[in-house]
Amino acid sequence: MDWRSVASQLFPAGHDIAARGDLIAGTGRCGDVDFAVIGSTNHAEAGVEIALAMAALVLATVRGHPGRPLLFLVDTSGQRLRHRDELLGINRYMAHLAKCVEVARQRGHRVLALVYDQALSGGFLASGMMADLCAALPDAEIRVMGLPAMARVTRLPEERLRALAEGSPVFAPGAVNYVRMGAIDALWEGDLATHLAAALAAAADRDTRRDAGHARGGRLLAAPVAARVVAE
Amino acid sequence: MASYYEATARERLAGLLDPDSFVEVLPPTARLVSPHLQALDLPTAFDDGVIIGGATLDGLAVQVAAQEGGFMGGAVGEVQGAKIVGMLARARARDAAGVVLLLETGGVRLQEANAGLIAVSEIIRAICATRAAGIPVVAAIGGQYGCFGGMGIAAGCCSAIVMSEEGRLGLSGPEVIETAHGVDEFDSRDRALVWRTVGGKHRYLMGDCDVLVDDRIDAFRAALAHSLRAAGGLDLAAVEREHAMLTARLDAYGQCGDGEDIWRAMGFDAPQDVPMLATAALVAARQSRRAA
Repeated sequence: MDWRSVASQLFPAGHDIAARGDLIAGTGRCGDVDFAVIGSTNHAEAGVEIALAMAALVLATVRGHPGRPLLFLVDTSGQRLRHRDELLGINRYMAHLAKCVEVARQRGHRVLALVYDQALSGGFLASGMMADLCAALPDAEIRVMGLPAMARVTRLPEERLRALAEGSPVFAPGAVNYVRMGAIDALWEGDLATHLAAALAAAADRDTRRDAGHARGGRLLAAPVAARVVAE
Repeated sequence: MASYYEATARERLAGLLDPDSFVEVLPPTARLVSPHLQALDLPTAFDDGVIIGGATLDGLAVQVAAQEGGFMGGAVGEVQGAKIVGMLARARARDAAGVVLLLETGGVRLQEANAGLIAVSEIIRAICATRAAGIPVVAAIGGQYGCFGGMGIAAGCCSAIVMSEEGRLGLSGPEVIETAHGVDEFDSRDRALVWRTVGGKHRYLMGDCDVLVDDRIDAFRAALAHSLRAAGGLDLAAVEREHAMLTARLDAYGQCGDGEDIWRAMGFDAPQDVPMLATAALVAARQSRRAA
């Protein structure tokens, strides 16, 4: 879905969100709450520049608008797979973005995310997956890596992976599997502004995903194993 | 002295931690294996490739996790991830003096796809939460599989990173980049190129690794103890300093095509010699350039 359509449905009271290249940023009003909106479009390849630009937007919100909730609008085809980005230390740029989000959270900003199109691995880890609560549109595609690269790394035949992706929630892309596994809170259908307001009220400032994955039956070991480690 | 690179995860722990101080949590006798690997008829490990527990390191009460590169390249699946996340929560619950992560991993265990990705995200969140609670989290990277994928992001979230020259740290491994864009983009078989791009020396010169050590377990031990005591917190001032540093890095080196170009721009007159420099000489060279 086009980000403009998503933005106007999320913020019926108005917004000034604009795109600059693949980056989207601005402020949107939902009910009587202003959100700092940070996102990407065009299935952005998340390279060092966009990670740094997003981090700058998080820091500007923390400095300029203490407590204002953040909303990530996610559309990324993953981290940029280039020699130059690795040379410059793209893992550090992504980590920096993640830490900026964490500092915002610690300073009282609620952090929400909506996958409105695509979310792949590296680009998603440092943004949407850092949120207190991450939702998705029903058609959103969420996955780890393209199958050809996965086949090369795992040395499993691509046809076998393709077959696995047909049947297994652990392998299959698609937002509904991430809901079952607890990483996506819910699929937002219908009135997006209502969902956003409810999410802001519901978001917890701790990681609740493994408990959700357990309760929903999609990820049965993560929560009990972690709990056992703490208890021993 | 014992090589960190050559050692298994258990050998590293034995050499790094104070003698007889380590108490493993969920040891192999717990036989906690990955159900996802079983479903694929792939080999499993009774510790799922990570050893966790409590110990002292140079007298500091720490919680530790050590990834075993020999099992699936140290890749993170649901059980391994939950063990590391649980260990970090345990550190917070017991107000540990610190957490030590011996990272050797390709990142997400692709055989567990979505479950692996979520596990890595939970580790990143747990590292941040542990640091926000005032507990330092320090990472060591010096094994043959390096530290890549989402775990490269996790490493970057730590209070400090100790590496050897042999260590490698990045996001996308050279093989993944070569698969995506061809051998002209990144020749994963060109070892010298790989080390100039993601190796310990380059990471140290860039400031992404805090302490560069020789490939000896005792050298790692001393550097980890120092890093635990010297670690800074995770707060607004810290991320603003990092933001300024990363902005300046992009301005200074964003046009460079190779590690050697960056080292030349840093003031190394003979950048082609950097890979040959001994660790101590490289550390001294960097410190003198910083002073200047």
